[in-house]
Amino acid sequence: MAGIEVTTLHKRYPDGTVAVEQVDLSIGDGELFVMLGPSGCGKTTTLRAIAGLERQTSGDIRIGDTLVNDLPPAERDIAMVFQFYALYPHLRTRDNLAFPLRAEGLPKAEVQERVDEAARLMRLGPLLDRRPHRLSGGEQQRVALARALVRRPRAFLMDEPLTNLDAELRADMRTEIKHLQGELGTTMVYVTHDQVEAMSLGHRIAILNKGRVEQIGTPLEVYDRPASLFCAAFIGSPPMNLIEVEVADGKLRSQGGLVLTPPPGLPRDRRLVAGVRPEALEVTEPGAEGSVPARVVSAEWLGDEIIYVVDHGGQRDVRVRMAPTVRFAADAPVGLRHTGGPPPVYDVDTEELVA
Amino acid sequence: MAVSVNEAVSTGPGRDHTPSTRRRGGRGRSVLEVALLTVLAVVMLFPVLWMIETSIKENRDVYAIPAKFFDFKVTLDHFKDVFAASGGGRSALSVSFLNSVVVAGVSTALATVLGVPAAWAYSRFSVKAKKDQLFFILSTRFMPPVVVVIPIFLMYRQLGLIDNKLGLILIYTAFNVPFTIWMMKGFVDEVPAEYEDAAMLDGYTRLQAFWKFTLPLLLPGIAATAVFALIFSWNEFVFAIFLTSSDSVRTAPPAIAGLIGGTTVDWGLVAAASVVFALPVLVFAYLVRKHLVAGVTLGAVRR
Repeated sequence: MAGIEVTTLHKRYPDGTVAVEQVDLSIGDGELFVMLGPSGCGKTTTLRAIAGLERQTSGDIRIGDTLVNDLPPAERDIAMVFQFYALYPHLRTRDNLAFPLRAEGLPKAEVQERVDEAARLMRLGPLLDRRPHRLSGGEQQRVALARALVRRPRAFLMDEPLTNLDAELRADMRTEIKHLQGELGTTMVYVTHDQVEAMSLGHRIAILNKGRVEQIGTPLEVYDRPASLFCAAFIGSPPMNLIEVEVADGKLRSQGGLVLTPPPGLPRDRRLVAGVRPEALEVTEPGAEGSVPARVVSAEWLGDEIIYVVDHGGQRDVRVRMAPTVRFAADAPVGLRHTGGPPPVYDVDTEELVA
Repeated sequence: MAVSVNEAVSTGPGRDHTPSTRRRGGRGRSVLEVALLTVLAVVMLFPVLWMIETSIKENRDVYAIPAKFFDFKVTLDHFKDVFAASGGGRSALSVSFLNSVVVAGVSTALATVLGVPAAWAYSRFSVKAKKDQLFFILSTRFMPPVVVVIPIFLMYRQLGLIDNKLGLILIYTAFNVPFTIWMMKGFVDEVPAEYEDAAMLDGYTRLQAFWKFTLPLLLPGIAATAVFALIFSWNEFVFAIFLTSSDSVRTAPPAIAGLIGGTTVDWGLVAAASVVFALPVLVFAYLVRKHLVAGVTLGAVRR
């Protein structure tokens, strides 16, 4: 087991595309570290560079104490699980699992023992004698995970391993992966574009955009104080409301008159945007204390909650998350007020967090 | 069309459920279709049938007027003449067949050995100006080969490749490599790169990963591509007739064409030689038919 250090990683392809502008990561020993971002943000390239499948243009990668820049993938002592499971189609499950061990030249008895152990961990017993084309997507992915396990590598690299599974299976596998990682205590770098996956799995999350790291933090930090407008819009469903505000009388005031508690240390003379989570707003009866007049544009009834889209005269409609018991008809006149603490505030021009 | 034909042929009880109007309409249509297809098949296949008939007729039946379709005496003399010279020993035709086998076989093998790794590289690696390179490769197939016969002839004369089997092998390889690259690139694209990634993480080098995992999955595609390349080299006529002259180097197409001319034409021999010439490609295509079909439908690989 080992931590992974990525320093000023830069990757430019021969055709001129820059996949990774600059990425610095410090992944702790035994950590489940998630790289999250939209497609094309450089997360997979970074992962492949750690694996040794891509050679970075510049920058250093260390696994444990070893500088692995020039080591081929096989000598980095890592295992990778792919989005498309990459099981060898001509081999039965058992041989797929044994394959990396045989390639290493381990004695037969140990290969057998390790395969059995991995099969037990991933509950593959009845599947051992099947070929990949006779396995379902979920089963294939469990075999792929087991194949990563048998190596007992210093780190696991996961490249969107659950993307091809259906929603229910995905949730199960998520739990399984998290449990497994906790049990083995092996460092895991997990790449995904799914923020729910990132939030539920990661000890820490790195949000990548356009080949740069926008923010690194625990799921809660990332949720509560997104470091940039990009992160604010990316994390959360529905996403944060980004409301243009002005500082007046020691308060933050939106164009529609909504009043927010200001965080300390606000800069002056800049255009500001407050990031307000949908659950930090409240739809009230019209004229309730501290509310501004507003109108319900639409309501999404999700069963366990209702998402109201509300127009309060600001530039953009805001989304409000309410308990399913609080019901207003569409187009009804209502009140809107802020209930949470001081929201994070961003500079419109730099798009970064200022307070 | 095939569906309609089935309708016309099958008279099982299940058919009774179809509304009578539709059935009558369907049958009327298929009778017409079958008739048209029959006419088309006869027109298309007649030259082939005539060739086969002529190859097994005695000479006087070949020239008989009116032509004899059925009541002629079968003989295999012409086939004997294809392989054996009249004075004993091997005939010039049999030598040319051997030359065809060597030239087509070697040039196909060369095109495959060069083209498949190139296709793999174009599919897997990010190459500078990849699209332009691929377009350039394809562009060599835009013009009809005849256009470059004269320049090639002049170049070959300088290089001493005229009337030389190596010369033909090289030119056929040159025409087949672009074709192989383009066709194989499609097949390689279909094989997920993750197989190689996984193999590399398991301790193989990139080339070993290609060799051990991707190549076996490409075999159907390679078979399909090789058949097409082989057919091209086997049938090629223009370069063969321009670049070779002696009987010992000549391939079958110009050799067979050479039988026609002079004062008398031994049509029986021409037909027999043509039959022999057509057979290997048919047999080869038949042997790899499974791969050909698999090659055409390779997209069915589960990902």
